[in-house]
Amino acid sequence: MNEVLGTVFIVIGLAFDFFGCLGLVRLPDVYNRLQAATKCVTLGTCGILFGLFLFRGFTAAGLKALLCLIFIILTAPVSAHALARGAYISGVKLWDKSVVDKYGEDISK
Amino acid sequence: MTRRVRWVIGVVLVVLLLGLILFYSFPSMLRWQSNFLSRCFIVLLASSALCLYRVLRGPTAPDRIVAIDILGIMVVGFCAILTLPTGRDWYIDIGIAWALQSFIGTIALAKYLEGRDFDE
Amino acid sequence: MKSKILLFVLGFFVWALLVWPPDIQHIIIGILIAFLVSSITGDLFVKRPSLFTDFKRYLWFGYYVPLFIWECIKANIDVAYRVSHPDVPIKPGIVKVKTNLKSDTGLTFLANSITLTPGTMCVDIDRENGFLYIHWIYVKDKDIEKATKLIVETFENILKRIFE
Repeated sequence: MNEVLGTVFIVIGLAFDFFGCLGLVRLPDVYNRLQAATKCVTLGTCGILFGLFLFRGFTAAGLKALLCLIFIILTAPVSAHALARGAYISGVKLWDKSVVDKYGEDISK
Repeated sequence: MTRRVRWVIGVVLVVLLLGLILFYSFPSMLRWQSNFLSRCFIVLLASSALCLYRVLRGPTAPDRIVAIDILGIMVVGFCAILTLPTGRDWYIDIGIAWALQSFIGTIALAKYLEGRDFDE
Repeated sequence: MKSKILLFVLGFFVWALLVWPPDIQHIIIGILIAFLVSSITGDLFVKRPSLFTDFKRYLWFGYYVPLFIWECIKANIDVAYRVSHPDVPIKPGIVKVKTNLKSDTGLTFLANSITLTPGTMCVDIDRENGFLYIHWIYVKDKDIEKATKLIVETFENILKRIFE
């Protein structure tokens, strides 16, 4: 439909994907990595799918891309939440320089 | 002041790397539009290589599971970009199915980390 | 009964989007499967179907979506700043905040919005006492009241009007 706008959205999505994976490598512990990667990769992939929708318009592929976008934006935070709780219960400690840990205080009671 | 200068240098380096992959055409600089989408593919491949580094290197099991979850979301992006140059619309169907599978697999692995049964 | 009809319409809509160039065979199979699924699991997902007829909630939902997208973009720029800085300026910790929401859908949407907004990620929900445990990448305040004011309040006021 509108190819220039679609290209712009795809390039923005690719840049955010790259920053998210850079965060996966650079940040120090599981929770920070999970946070950075979930945010950036979710919005990046949604940008790519929205760019595909702008390329194709209201055809079959465009509508399916919109459906996929809604599905990803609903499920990615849920899986991040489940992984964070699973990592904490399985015994992964926070980073050494962390400031406060209210969850550990409450769970050990 | 020096922190800000170093930050600017870091951002400029990353953006230059992305721009080099996306917009610099090695035979001739003017015809970058011809295979733009394959350049997008190279950027996604670089991101997946960073993820795979974390899968190989991660000190604990949750690190690897996080990296695999992120890879699963990124495969949907691969499928969406593959739809454009080939013109085969069923790639986006593969993307939807992959998103479902990845979500269910991640939830199951998280339940395994908690040490519970799957019926909760 | 009402909730089963709602789930049937929703399931059939998603099915029709998935098989988009619609064919008579696809439509018949879709009606059969949506009827089966909604008659088995109808009461699990939609608990109070009277909420769907209230028109004001749709207006508040239309106000919630652009605010959410704007916060999401801000969060991504924040993460890109922290990742590309040479010193990685983070000060992480898990804080505890209060919430007044009670319904399942409201709590799920609140946790999702917190996860995708700047610097915060939901770790666990204590539903009996109404507490959320939140991993914060740059802790500004350890106190419960002030952290609640900083993180939860903007979304909570809107989601209370939509889902409660």
